[in-house]
Amino acid sequence: MNFAFGKNYLRITFYALLFTILTFAATTVFAQDDTPTDDEVNAIAKQLYCPVCENTPLDVCPTEACRQWRELIRTQLSQGMTEAEIKQYFVDNYGARVLAEPPRTGLNWLVYLLPPAIILLGAVFLFRSFREWTRSSQAETGPGGERSETSSPSKDDYVARLEEELKNRK
Amino acid sequence: MFAEFGYGVLLVSFIVAIYSGVAAVYGAVNKSAPLVESARRAMLLTFPLISIAAAALIYLLVTNRYEVAFVYEVTSRSMPTYLKITAWWGGQAGSLVFWSWLLAVFTSAVTLRKWDRDIEFLPWVIMVSAITLTFFLGMSIFFENPFARFWLVDGNVLPSMFAPANATVFTPQDGQGLNPLLRHPGMVIHPPMLYLGFVSFVIPYAFAMAALITGRTDDRWIRITRRWSLWAWLFLSFGLVLGGRWAYDVLGWGGYWGWDPVEIAAFMPWLTGTAFLHSVMIQEKRGLLKHWNMILVILTYALVIFGTFLTRSGVLSSVHAFANSPIGPFFMGFVTLTLVASVALVIWRWPILRSETEMKSMLSREALFLLNNLLFMSILVVCFWGVIFPLISELFTGAKVTVGPPFYERATAPLFSSLLFLMAVAPLSAWGHSTLQTLGKAIWKSTVAALVVTVAFYFTYTQNIGALVGFFLIALVLFATVHEFWRGTRARQKAQGENFLTALSRLMERNRRRYGGYIIHISMALMAIGILGIEIFQKETQGTLAAGEQLNIAGYTVEYRELASWDNQGEGVNYTRAVVDVYENGIYLGQLNPRIDYYFDSQQNMTIPGQRSTLRDDLYILLVDWQPVSTIGATFKIYVNPLVNWLWIGSLLFLAGVIFAAWPDRDPSEEPARRSVARDSRQPSAAD
Repeated sequence: MNFAFGKNYLRITFYALLFTILTFAATTVFAQDDTPTDDEVNAIAKQLYCPVCENTPLDVCPTEACRQWRELIRTQLSQGMTEAEIKQYFVDNYGARVLAEPPRTGLNWLVYLLPPAIILLGAVFLFRSFREWTRSSQAETGPGGERSETSSPSKDDYVARLEEELKNRK
Repeated sequence: MFAEFGYGVLLVSFIVAIYSGVAAVYGAVNKSAPLVESARRAMLLTFPLISIAAAALIYLLVTNRYEVAFVYEVTSRSMPTYLKITAWWGGQAGSLVFWSWLLAVFTSAVTLRKWDRDIEFLPWVIMVSAITLTFFLGMSIFFENPFARFWLVDGNVLPSMFAPANATVFTPQDGQGLNPLLRHPGMVIHPPMLYLGFVSFVIPYAFAMAALITGRTDDRWIRITRRWSLWAWLFLSFGLVLGGRWAYDVLGWGGYWGWDPVEIAAFMPWLTGTAFLHSVMIQEKRGLLKHWNMILVILTYALVIFGTFLTRSGVLSSVHAFANSPIGPFFMGFVTLTLVASVALVIWRWPILRSETEMKSMLSREALFLLNNLLFMSILVVCFWGVIFPLISELFTGAKVTVGPPFYERATAPLFSSLLFLMAVAPLSAWGHSTLQTLGKAIWKSTVAALVVTVAFYFTYTQNIGALVGFFLIALVLFATVHEFWRGTRARQKAQGENFLTALSRLMERNRRRYGGYIIHISMALMAIGILGIEIFQKETQGTLAAGEQLNIAGYTVEYRELASWDNQGEGVNYTRAVVDVYENGIYLGQLNPRIDYYFDSQQNMTIPGQRSTLRDDLYILLVDWQPVSTIGATFKIYVNPLVNWLWIGSLLFLAGVIFAAWPDRDPSEEPARRSVARDSRQPSAAD
């Protein structure tokens, strides 16, 4: 009897302990997985734009709506959604404007391709002009193309000396 | 009473501006001196007229006349008087009047000074200014009238200048109050600075157009407007920096520049303006690039109007808002018309804008300046397209997209880096001719020094390749530029036997533009340090703390102490202020007080960071949220922004550099505008 009680006691203690450990373990798992930190939330919110404001990144947007969207990201993270999935969720629900850059599809390619194309054209144009200029200036070696040289009133001996100094410097 | 009076005066100035433009053209075409003189006086008259209208508006603002719609929108009883005055440019309608007023000030200044000297240009300068002024005054009179009042008609309140039938004036008890973000001192001076820059670029443009029309396409117009352009550039640059500082201090996102379309709108004329400042030197020195300078000044003017339009028409929020806003289409029309007319003038004068000399070497100063222009234009293309593309997308596909910082940063980082490189090299090259050998000889010492610095950074600060490239380029600019000062001073010391400081100051005074320009280059390199620091090394963390709890970031420990919230009824604000202790590696540094100000009248929050700023980094703490009753505590967002202080230090040096460059020369024989054709073309010149 006494022994049996002791046995029972042991068993109860064992289950109680097991229960406590399990609950504790469960809550720690819960705490780790289910409440992502602010930093984890902001890391994703930073890449998104407030769907209703003008040009405000979601991580710094002070409106109540944005606070709730950040909480939504937290919930989604705790449900195990990946960063890409969360971003896709926002795009599906609020359109491509929530992304910091237009997605690389269709007409949007223009935003990526046009500036480099124009810059390249400009560079090519500039270098062709350079070549033309230098060639033609070598062709006409006479003073014809030169503008007349008048010494300016400010250009006294000192500057000429400074010029020489600068040219011959070590 | 005052509303009708102000409106009436605005109407009169509108008519006077139109008369001035028409009389100027008539007088110039028919060579009628009295008519041109009459146009000039009419233009001079617009200044006191618009001043009176502005005074009437300010009177209404200061005396709480809320029956006036504009007064109702931007002021409230709780605002102090100085803010009620500055609310003049705090809203759309007022800021357009402000624009007109500045233009009247500048045009009057031009027509008052040196009238005899520039007599052939001035009728056309007046015409261009008058057209611009007429446009802006027209906007105020017909669409964005700051004097419109509220009327009560059949139970509805509507704003209108003139009383509708059976209407009585409606006077609200209190106004909405200025957006709290605009009550910050930085924001009080930021718009006028920017507008000063915007409007003063109208003057070089007006002279350029006058040069095209009169056929005097030598560099006379450039010499006349050189200082104008520099001052305009100074105001525009300073306006941009102030805007950045304001954003850093009150917008609460840990940065100073977010590639927002409104920011870019102000940045674009700065890009063309900066390219223009460089490329006019080629025309002055070598008689090259006359077409290009014309195009740059036209672009700058167009972008100034376009920038005002972008921020004022609602087009940025949506294409449809633009179509509904009354002024949007008119702005667009005006930009298009002036652009087409100006370009037509350039094409008409194309033959006489031919260069007087030839480009001789790809490494000459002028060639490198052209490269600099290409880079500035490239950044402009990226910015313009980034701002415009969302509108195009919405228009054609109906889909809204955002073009945000990642796009701009990726596209402009190599361009800005190349600009830094040019900044180091170009000042060492000579006008007319340079070779790789002469350039290499001039720069090798600076390169070695910069490499040493970069290696030191590698071992002590960072292994990030992008950052190291940036630090190398910055160091190269600093060494090369300081070396230029050193070389010139030493040369002078030897030649004149002066001591170092005298030699340095005389050298700089001899050529303000050149050495002012070098100071600006140094300041740009310092600013680049700050930009690099925050772009690459910024760290952030966020957490909710109970009293006594801590957050750690980058060696700093922030401990939450307490929080207090109280009302200031007089100013209509509720303050919530947190107290946090800051430690660095365990050493107590002091307390910071991030706070949130809530404005009752406009029902808006303003987040004021607690900042601790050193040359190494800024600790920047924001109070994001707090629980009034519960014990959970308060949520803080903490940024560590390395090196950002160098941006502000660079800005101050920048200011000094531009003022030094634009300061009038002491010796009148140095006055460049009065030199007729004096130019030194063949020699590599240290004089400029």
